[in-house]
Amino acid sequence: MMSDPNAERKGWLSLLAKSPAADVARYWEALDLAPDHTVLRSPEIGGVMVRGRAGAVGAAFNLGEMTVTRASVKLSDGTVGHGYVQGRSKDHALQAALVDALMQTDAADTVDRCLLAPLRKTITDQKTTRAAKAAATKVDFFTMVRGED
Amino acid sequence: MYVAVKGGERAIDNAHAWLAEERRGDVAVPELSVAQIREQLALAVNRVMAEGSLYDPDLAALAIKQARGDLIEAIFLIRAYRTTLPRFGGSNPIETEDMTCDRRVSATFKDAPGGQILGPTFDYTHRLIDFKLAADGDVGTAPASTPSPIATPHIMSFLDREDLIQKEPAGADIPDDLTRTPLELPANRALRLQSLARGDEGFLLGLAYSTQRGYARNHAFVAELRIGAVAVEMDIPELGFAIEVGEITVTECETVNQFQGSKSQPPQFTRGYGLVFGMTERKAISMALVDRALRWKELGEDNVGAPAQDEEFVLYHSDNIQATGFLEHIKLPHYVDFQSELELIRKLRSEAQENINREVSE
Repeated sequence: MMSDPNAERKGWLSLLAKSPAADVARYWEALDLAPDHTVLRSPEIGGVMVRGRAGAVGAAFNLGEMTVTRASVKLSDGTVGHGYVQGRSKDHALQAALVDALMQTDAADTVDRCLLAPLRKTITDQKTTRAAKAAATKVDFFTMVRGED
Repeated sequence: MYVAVKGGERAIDNAHAWLAEERRGDVAVPELSVAQIREQLALAVNRVMAEGSLYDPDLAALAIKQARGDLIEAIFLIRAYRTTLPRFGGSNPIETEDMTCDRRVSATFKDAPGGQILGPTFDYTHRLIDFKLAADGDVGTAPASTPSPIATPHIMSFLDREDLIQKEPAGADIPDDLTRTPLELPANRALRLQSLARGDEGFLLGLAYSTQRGYARNHAFVAELRIGAVAVEMDIPELGFAIEVGEITVTECETVNQFQGSKSQPPQFTRGYGLVFGMTERKAISMALVDRALRWKELGEDNVGAPAQDEEFVLYHSDNIQATGFLEHIKLPHYVDFQSELELIRKLRSEAQENINREVSE
């Protein structure tokens, strides 16, 4: 089976989309990179129709929309970056597009270490905490032995 | 002759100014922040997102604040905002199988693989007012345990393996969308599910309850109720592949219902489905029961004339924004309409009176 050549890029774009805007902004500012760029598509707030499946496995249906903001940038070396993020933060979308572009350049290691890694950790930690609380509410059944012999 | 009536601008402006003041309430009491509503009235936020048909907790919280807690008014604000958004596209169907479950219970199988996870539920509380909440109370941290590495497959899949449950038919890759084309009847199941997912919780609860009480009874068991986070993936044309554009919390309810069989087919259970934004389990269970009742034709059942089986009745009356729009408009000025009614009844009365007078004098 061939591995997906886009898997890595899909990974960081998905991470940027799901991370809170405030976290992305904080790590982005701490990076202090300010790369030269032109904005190809100004940040735009829109909706994505979320679909489900009848009976979880059958025909697709429209469940409802969610807000998404997108932006695209081009670095001075011509690298293009796209950002699609959940919610309505224009800064978030622009920063995601810049990170996407930088991840295709020599700056990738730095950006991954200082921005993506902490974002990944935040999401993993949150998931682990919730999963641990959910696990504590798991029911342990026991059966009463009834005296019918 | 129609005479346009103008005026009332000053009264309207002043009414809105007073509304703003009343919304704020006693200024000696600290103002609610949107974040407080989002975090502490989360189930109200979830309902507004589900029926507003737009997943955005901050926006729903703001709408609740603006609407002074009137959830239908808040849903109205969300629906209106939604129409201003350009549509970027449609997601791939969410994979609820991969949900990170906060809650997952089955009323049909005690020992479901992955276990029964109660989650943060009101079930088993005593429904007694907790006066401790009236004082500033610190909450302790909820106990934690080691998460199980066992997957939580859909419980319905076990019945499916034995062929005991009716198969769900496939449909169009891009389902019909009632926000793009007006809902026409008969509606396919995709349209019915979209309509139910954004329908009024109270209306669907009443209809679902009516099926339990015998109006198109379909003997529903909750095979599985799960609540948790799922990723939303969408194809991005400029990238040429799909990425996750976000993560949402949804409630999913699958019911297993009375079986049916025929001369050519051995008996099989049937199913109903509910899927709703947020932690909204009353709505999801209601949706599953009503979805099942609406499937009578496809499953070869009799139409017993029950309200929950009547597609037109259900789908045309479950939208609380349509309903409240039409209902509430009757309080707005109808002076001219009423003037004509008034003239008509005066005329009818005077004619009737003349007849009476004539008969008396004859």
